[in-house]
Order: sequence, then structure tokens, then C-alpha cells
Amino acid sequence: MILFLALITGILTTVGIFLLLRRSLVKVILGLAFLGHAANLLIFTIGRITKGKAAFVPEGLQSPFEPFADPLPQALILTAIVIGFGVQAFLIVLFKQNYKSLKSDDLDDMNTTDML
Amino acid sequence: MTLFQIFIPFLIAPFVPLIGKKREGRDLGMVLALVPFLLFISFLFEFINLKPASITPEVYQWIPSIGVDLAFRSDGLSLLFGLIITGIGSAVFLFAGGYLGRGIETIKFYIYILIFMGAMLGIVFSDNLLLLFIFWELTSFSSFLLIGFKHKYVASRYAALQALLVTGLGGLSLLAGVILINSVTGTFSISAIIADPSVIRESSLLVPIIILILGGAFTKSAQVPFHFWLPNAMEAPTPVSAYLHSATMVKAGVFLVARLNPVFTGINLWNDSLMIFGGTTMVVGAFLALKQTDLKKILAYTTLSVLGTLIMLTGYGSDMALITMIVYLTAHALYKGTLFLTAGAIDHSTGTRDVRILGGLLKKMPFTAYAGIIAAFSMAGMIPMVGFVGKELLYETSLSGEPALFFGVLFAGVVMVYSAIQAGIHPYFAPEKETPLSPHEGDFTLTAGTVTAATLGLILGVSASTLLAGMVGLAVSPVAGKTVDVSLGLWHGFNMVLFLSLGTIFAGYGLYTVREKLYLLPQVYGPLEYLMPSKLYDKALNLLMFTAKAQTSFFQNGYLRNYIITIFATALLLVGGYFFYHLDLTELVIDPSMEMYEAIAGVVIIAGAIIAAVANSRLYAVMALGITGLGVALVFILYGAPDLALTQFSIETLSVILFVLAIYKLPKFLKLSGKNSKIRDLIIASSMGVFITFVILAVYVHEHSSELKDFFASESLPGGKGRNIVNVILVDFRALDTMGEIMVLGIAAIGIYGLVKLVRKGG
Repeated sequence: MILFLALITGILTTVGIFLLLRRSLVKVILGLAFLGHAANLLIFTIGRITKGKAAFVPEGLQSPFEPFADPLPQALILTAIVIGFGVQAFLIVLFKQNYKSLKSDDLDDMNTTDML
Repeated sequence: MTLFQIFIPFLIAPFVPLIGKKREGRDLGMVLALVPFLLFISFLFEFINLKPASITPEVYQWIPSIGVDLAFRSDGLSLLFGLIITGIGSAVFLFAGGYLGRGIETIKFYIYILIFMGAMLGIVFSDNLLLLFIFWELTSFSSFLLIGFKHKYVASRYAALQALLVTGLGGLSLLAGVILINSVTGTFSISAIIADPSVIRESSLLVPIIILILGGAFTKSAQVPFHFWLPNAMEAPTPVSAYLHSATMVKAGVFLVARLNPVFTGINLWNDSLMIFGGTTMVVGAFLALKQTDLKKILAYTTLSVLGTLIMLTGYGSDMALITMIVYLTAHALYKGTLFLTAGAIDHSTGTRDVRILGGLLKKMPFTAYAGIIAAFSMAGMIPMVGFVGKELLYETSLSGEPALFFGVLFAGVVMVYSAIQAGIHPYFAPEKETPLSPHEGDFTLTAGTVTAATLGLILGVSASTLLAGMVGLAVSPVAGKTVDVSLGLWHGFNMVLFLSLGTIFAGYGLYTVREKLYLLPQVYGPLEYLMPSKLYDKALNLLMFTAKAQTSFFQNGYLRNYIITIFATALLLVGGYFFYHLDLTELVIDPSMEMYEAIAGVVIIAGAIIAAVANSRLYAVMALGITGLGVALVFILYGAPDLALTQFSIETLSVILFVLAIYKLPKFLKLSGKNSKIRDLIIASSMGVFITFVILAVYVHEHSSELKDFFASESLPGGKGRNIVNVILVDFRALDTMGEIMVLGIAAIGIYGLVKLVRKGG
């Protein structure tokens, strides 16, 4: 499964960067989202994966017994997901306003600060 | 005590605007001149009471971890320079108030020049090479501000930048030399280095150390081929030229060479470099002075010549030569500072500095004339001035050296007489001519300093065997690195040297009579023009600007994708290249086994990603993003991360809704990029994807042991009172991170609110 996860992460990275390089601003935002998924999976995978068992302390015990998933990468990813969402939401609204005034989502129309 | 003396100028500088509110122009100059004057008095007392045997450095810890201390050393050399800096400083401070007049610019001037004076004192009293370097750079910066003082003029800004770049480059060279010295000796303390020079002298880094240190000294003291910035720096107001470019800053290089002379003297590279560069500068400066008609330019080029002479004398190395160096340096500071200030006074009163139209000022400006004439006598080496003592010594020293050296000294001596007549005699005795302003004597601020300094030159000359000899004796020993007996005298009887002195005076007068022809001399000769250092400087600067522009327009071209391509291509080339070079494919753990449900999650993710990449409708693309997100959530569930899955599900749903709300009205994607660019992007993107895949596989080669995992697992319940360890980490162990995360969301929310409410003015 490691090979498979590695492949998935690689493909998500590829799609993310490919979309990031497009001229359409919507695609760039999508690309960032895909790159975010890739990054999350990267952290998740290299933190070692454990099938099934979540990091819970069972009732009656002081600490969980092996095997259980490493909670630290999960905590990092959780933060990343939420912040990624914040950024994405802001970008979407920014794009919307930008489209209203420029009537375009072509990045090549946006490389100057002057009004066209 | 020395610490206090050095920091007084820095402490007073911020209060100049306050003092300037009460007193303007002339009055401000009179108040502020007290600062250098009181310092002068304090240095004078120290100098009189100096006991060379019992000099101990004054050390305060500053940055002990890298060996930088506020260490100061007041020996004869430091104090002599301290006296020159504060003595000429008093005259210049007094002069500048009357010269510059009222206004905010004058206040700025005093702030800059106070900082400069503090930095200059710092250089000469530092006993720590890094501390010396800091003050050294500070003089470069303050001189940048002072040369560019008339910043409305292109020429001023050009000259200021040129001086900063040349001396700044030299500063870097000095810093490198200082660091090398430290790497050899393990200390920055000048006292310690001088006490045991053998460590440096026998080190394999000796040659680079000498070259780098001389690089700093030669740029600062304007030695050929770095001499060109000094005449250009005459764009500065005259008080600045008098102070920085004759009496003090340009002598910092001479000081550095003199200070470190005990360490390096006797090494051929050191002595020969000093003599060759110094001698060349002496002759070139004198030659270039021949055709000058601007009073300040005349003085600037002769200053070059003198700086060369001083460096050359230090390189010559005999006790006699070092004594000559100190006498000549003192004499030069007194007469050149005076002549610059009288040139400023003449400029102020007549509106011109062109010697061809100056004349007849003797009666109109009697005090200035007195100072100018006395100083010119000293410069020309006339008895009984201190300049005469210096010149006699110089001739005597050069007679014992190479013939080339002797003739160089003789030529420079003749030009010195010629230039002295032009700068200090001609304006007062030549026939009166029409000048832009009608000449008048300035008030006492414009004359007091020059009259005092010129008279001092006379006193020191007359008392050569007592006062001057005592001073020089104290100052020369630190340069020689041993106690040197000094006996000077004004009169040595009728001998060869006196005959030479008389000869140069007549020859100098002879040059003066044919001056009209000399003015027509070309500045450079034919093909030499292309090799002129100032031309090379311009070329180098243009090349730098051109490269910067080309690089900027290449990298900062305004297209986002080009930036991204550059970033990823660099990462691939450097990080990826290194990674794949060291990757051992046989070590990789390839485990292709997988369960059915794992495969399903994977296929969902990949399908979503590919649809998003090729979709030509925004809506499809957004849906595809949602599908991928759900697939990722599935992976989280499978591998024991229910919290992540939960968050991913809700966030993914939310963003899809948000996306759809924002874009459902928009038209289809336009085909914006061509096939070629798509192929290029695909290559970069997939290379990066392959790189990441292999990174993950390579990580699995190594055993993983997470102490943090164990820590959080065992501490979660007792420490955090929670059984869901991920939650405990987020809200307890790393609660500050989570607070930051909440703040990011809050800021995003405020931003979104602002954008939604945004109403554009005028549609």
C-alpha cells in the first residue's frame, strides 16, 4: 500500500502543479487545493501509516497499546486542512470580486497594477 | 574615559535639532564647536601626561562570544590623530556655521559631521580590529551623507555614491583581512597582535592578509588606482573637504598602515607595496595637480600626492622615514585644513574658486590672507614653518633611497611649491579681477579657525627641537614598534638638503610663471584614457546595473507561472538532482500488495484529479476536486485518522458549495494555453510528482522511531485529561498553534467580509 499511496501523492502533486501553471485563475485556485491534498498525504504517509487503529486511549487504560496511528502528523494535518480551507475561501471570494471588475479570469490580464 | 570621549559626538548628534531651534547658523556653529574643542583639550592633557611605558588598553565587554570588545588604546599615535581630528574639527565646526548659514540643512550637516567625528575617533582609538572596522564603515557612511550633502545636484550624488562604493569595497577587503588575522591569531585585539607578531608573520595566510588589509587602506586613503573618488568628492561643501578629504578620513588608511606597521614591517610584500603604491600616488597626484585651476581641485590633487608620500614613507620603514611621516602628516593636516577653509572663505566672499580670476584679496580679506599665506609657506616648505621641517626630513630620507624615489619626491616637492603659490599666495597678490561677488572679509567664524591653525603650524615649526620633537617622539614609537629617539631642528646649516629645498622653491615659482601653459595640459594621454580607473569604475557600474536590469526583467516578468516554473525547476535541479544522485533504487521497499477497499479510495482520488486537470467546465473541475477530497478522507479513515476524515468531509463539502456559489454563473473555460506550454508544464509537474513519490519511498528505507508518539500517547490522559490523543495535542499540548490557526481563520473571515462588502467607486 505504501507504493500506492506514494503514487497517489505523486499524481496529486503533478495535477496540483499542472493546474497552478494554467492561465485561468480558477484553475490556479484548484491547483492550490490539489497541492494541499498532496502535502497532507505526504505528511500522513511519511509519518508512517497504521491500519485501522486510531490514537485513542481505551477506557480503563492510561495509554494506548501498539499498534496505533501516530497522532502527531494527524494533528499537523488537521491544522493544515483548516488553514487550507481558510485560504481557499478567501481566494474564491477574491477571485469573484476580481472577475466582477476585470471580466476575465486570465492571469495574463492581471500582470499590471494599472487599469486596462 | 576614552569610551566616553568617543561617544560624546554620538550622544550629542540627536540633540542638534533641539539646539538648532534656539540657535541658528553661525550661533549653532559656535555652540557645537565646543564639542571638538573640549575633546581637543582633554586629548591634549592626556598627551602631555602620556607615559608610553604604562599604556593599558581600556576594555569593556561587548560581544564576548565572538571576541568583540569595546577596547580602546590611547598611545601617542592615537592621541596625535585624536588631536588632529578634534583640533581641525573645532576650526571646521566653527567655520561651517558661518559658511552654510541658517536653515535645516545646516542642522543636518552638524548631525552628519558629529557622527563622522565620533566614528573617526573610534578608528584611531580602537584596540579591537572588528571595532575598528565598524567605525571604519561608519566613516564611509557618514562621508556618503556629507559628500552628497548638496543632494539636488547630480554630480554630488554621483560623487557620494562613488566614494561609498570604492571605500565600501575597501571596507569589505579590510573585513576579510581582519577575519583572516583572527583565524590565524585567535584574537581581534590589536595590542595582543602587535605584542606577538610572529604568529601572523609565519602563517601561510600572510600574503592574503597583507593584500586584503592594504586593499582597505589604499581605497580609504585614495592611492592609485583608487584615487579617482577623492577629487570627485570635492563636490562636498568646503568644510567637509577640509575635514574629511584632507585632515582626517583619507588619513584613516595611513593610520591603519601605521597602526599595523609593527606587525608587518620587514616583510618585503608589505614594504614594497607601500612604497610602490605610495610613490606612484605621490607622482600621479602631483602631476594631475599641475593643470588644475579650481582652488579645491588643486588642494585635492596635492592631498593625493601627500597621502602617497605618507604611505611611501611608512613603507620605507627606517626610523627616519617614520619620523618624517609623522611630521609631514601633522604639517599637512594643519596647512591643508587651513587652505581648504580659506578657499571656502574666498568662495563664500567672491563667488568663485577659479584661480584665473582671483586676485587682490590681501586688503579685502586680511585675516584670511594671513592664514592662507602662512599655510602656503608651510605647504611650500618655507622656513620657519612646520612644513619646512617635514620637507627637510623628506629630502634627507629620500637621498638615502633609490634614485627613482628621490626624483619622485623632488618632482612632488616642486609641484607642492607651485600649488601652494596658486592656492595661498596668488589670490591675495595677483592683480585684482572681476569676480561674481564683490569680495569682503567674513566674520570671525570664517577666520578664527584658519588663523589659529596656520599660526599653530608656525609655532610647531619654530619649536621644532622641543614641542614638535616631543610630540613626534610619542607618536612614532607605536608605528615603529619600539622606542625611537627623536631629535628635530629647524636649522641644519648650509647643506645638500637646504640647497635642494631652495631649488624646489625656485623651480616651483618657475612653474607658476608658466601656469597658463600648464592649464592646457591634457588630463590623460591618448590610449591611457581607456585604462583610466575612473572609466573602469563607470564601466563596472554600468555592467552591474545592466545585469541587475536583465536579471530583474528575466525573473520578475509579471507572469505567475514563470515564477512558479523557476521555483520548481530550481527545486528539482538542486534538491531533486542531489536526491536522485544519492538514491539507491535497490534499497527501496516496494510492496505492491493492497486490499480492495484501499484500491477503491486510490482510484477515486486519481479519477478526481485527472478529471479536474482536463475538465473544460469550471463546475466539473470543482466537482472533481470534491471527489478527490472525499477520496483523501477515505484514506484517512482507513489508516486510523477518524478526526482527519471528519474534518476533511465537512471542509470539502463547504468548499465545493462556496466554489459553486462563486462560479456557477461564469462561462466555460477558455482555451488559454497552447499545446507546447501544456507539454512543458506537464513535464515540470510530473517530474515533481515523480520526485515526491520517490521521496516517500526513500523515507521508508529508514527505521522510524518517534519519541513524540510515545510521549503524547503516555501523557495524553494524565497530562491532558483526554482519551482522543489528536484532540489533546491540538487543544492542550499545542494549544498555541491552534490559537494561531483560529486567528488565521478569523483574519480570512474578516477579509472575505470586506471583499463581499466592497463597493467599487465609479463602477
